[in-house]
Amino acid sequence: MAKKLLKGNFIYTLFAIIVGFAVGAIAMGVAGYNPLEAYGSLFGVVFDTTKTMSYSFIEYATPYILTGLSVAFSFKTGIFNIGAEGQYVMGSVAAMLVGAFVPAPAVVLIPLCILASVAVGVLWGGLVGYLKVRFGSHEVLCMIMFNWIAYYLSNFLVLADGINVGGGKTWSHSIQDAAKITITDWFPKNAVSSRTHFGIVIAILCVIAIYYIINRTTLGYRLKAVGYNRSAAEYAGINANRCVIVSLAISGALASLAGGLQVMGVTYKVTQFAAQESYGFNGITVALIGATNPIGTLIAGWFFGAMKYAGTRMKLLDGTRVPKEIVDIIMGCIVFFIAISNLFRAFVMNRGKKGGKA
Amino acid sequence: MNELISNLGIILNATLMYTPPLLYAALGSCFSEKSGVVNIGIEGMIVFGGFMGALLGNFIANPWICFLCGGLAGALLALLHAFATVSCRADQTISGTAINFLATGFSVFICYLTFKTSETPPVIEKLPRIFNGAFIWLRENLPEGAAKLFAQNSFLDLVFNTYASTYLAFVLVAVVWFVFYRTRFGLRLRAVGEHPRAADTLGVNVYLVRYLCVIFSGFLAGLGGASITLATVSAFRPSIVAGQGFIAIAAVIFGKFKPQGALLGCILFGFCNGLRVVVGSNSVIPVNLISMIPYVVTILTLVLFVGRAQVPAANGKPYIKSK
Repeated sequence: MAKKLLKGNFIYTLFAIIVGFAVGAIAMGVAGYNPLEAYGSLFGVVFDTTKTMSYSFIEYATPYILTGLSVAFSFKTGIFNIGAEGQYVMGSVAAMLVGAFVPAPAVVLIPLCILASVAVGVLWGGLVGYLKVRFGSHEVLCMIMFNWIAYYLSNFLVLADGINVGGGKTWSHSIQDAAKITITDWFPKNAVSSRTHFGIVIAILCVIAIYYIINRTTLGYRLKAVGYNRSAAEYAGINANRCVIVSLAISGALASLAGGLQVMGVTYKVTQFAAQESYGFNGITVALIGATNPIGTLIAGWFFGAMKYAGTRMKLLDGTRVPKEIVDIIMGCIVFFIAISNLFRAFVMNRGKKGGKA
Repeated sequence: MNELISNLGIILNATLMYTPPLLYAALGSCFSEKSGVVNIGIEGMIVFGGFMGALLGNFIANPWICFLCGGLAGALLALLHAFATVSCRADQTISGTAINFLATGFSVFICYLTFKTSETPPVIEKLPRIFNGAFIWLRENLPEGAAKLFAQNSFLDLVFNTYASTYLAFVLVAVVWFVFYRTRFGLRLRAVGEHPRAADTLGVNVYLVRYLCVIFSGFLAGLGGASITLATVSAFRPSIVAGQGFIAIAAVIFGKFKPQGALLGCILFGFCNGLRVVVGSNSVIPVNLISMIPYVVTILTLVLFVGRAQVPAANGKPYIKSK
């Protein structure tokens, strides 16, 4: 049991989180903030009321869970989906277009919006996979380009006549009420955040589905085989090229779904970007903290959402605001220590072996 | 005709504003990737270098010292990346992602502590325009007709009277090319990136070479950041880097990991940015569509002309010395 624990990821991730918070505490201490008060407030903000908890674990966390899942899934096939950022944007645009302009009752419109964002993600992600296998284009390069194409395409559409809300505003028309998935009305007044939506349920279902695909299906087995050793997989008769495309298409669908649900549940419209919003890039962090495991990604997504939410309102006892960038420092340290945890693992496992002999 | 020339001047001027930071970072990326270490952290190293340059630029009146310190700040982060990836054999992508977080986090955090906002005030002294003196002299001493050629905002002024850091970036391309292909160290670093075990057998210290290359990459990326905050923008805000590190990495992959290839890639992105500045302000085509051009062009070039990516064979793989 102990050995299994030391071999697995959980204990090292936990260790990395503790170290991350310790480094954050040191940084705050050097800067003259009392870290205990700051962390007390961080924790307090998240678990203060059901409302703050719904902010942390539903409103903030949902997109990160899905983009994290997207990145984690592609990692299994040995591909680094740095394109989640653009896929997210395309998904949000697709959901906005359908949600705002297709006249239909909620029961049709909501699935239609979701379908639109998933479909566009499949195309946007799958296209990169196609370019990679057909032309040998470097997928990281393609995805960085696709991120920016999505960025400017979204900005173009948001400002285009007919889509733009008009009056010199820099955002699109809002989606119709029938397309909204916000469920604040289901709860007593002030019990949950104003944009609590059932996207979280969809996200959890996705986590379960991806877990199932990876661990219990032939497809998952093939994708993992290609990820471990492409040549061996091909030798065993697996069509590696098709696996790459499928993996990126599913990965793209997940990141796009994140964008779609965000529009349907939280923003209701798409606004012109001033800078990349980093939902996709943060998905990389979430996937890494979650050890690229679907269940781990779910927990990491909640953790990340809570940190993002609480980071914006972290205060000392006398009301002094602590800069929210401390959250970035903590997250950076966590990921860094996860990165070098290999070293500790090798060290601990070796010691265990020697101890056994003696 | 005159209008055409002056427009061209404005485009080239903007190109020369956008290209150098990319170029510094791309050359850095060449070092790291060529030696076999993927460095996604380039983005963060630009941010941190830029921030350090601007921070010191607010207290030290010598911009060259600040510029150098910007490079060293990038190198410091790179040392972290080297430690993780070379010594600890960490996943290079994970470590790079961490570096990006740490860089933005620390930069803005320190900025808050020092200036109480997320932006620094303008630096005391920008990097010099090295030919500015010459231009002024020519304006004053040439006969009127010829002096007009060197007037402010004339074609020659816009294109050639730029910051020293801009000239340095282009000079560095040649330097890096020379190091890669005409020195012993260059041969070793390429060998380490292609086949580290063979290099090791021949007595090359793989770890040392990789450490040096990663540190160089951070140093150059840091200079790139500092060239923004000490020349073109002359202050730091969190948004000034905004993905340029990733664009630089893209330029390197586009240029097949060669400095001269990366130069082409950087100029393409820089030029399209310049075009956007000029055309975007007075055109019927929406500026967002014009902004898309470099990225679409890159994809098309990649598909039509460049073909298969040629990645150094050991790129991304940690090296374990003895088995």
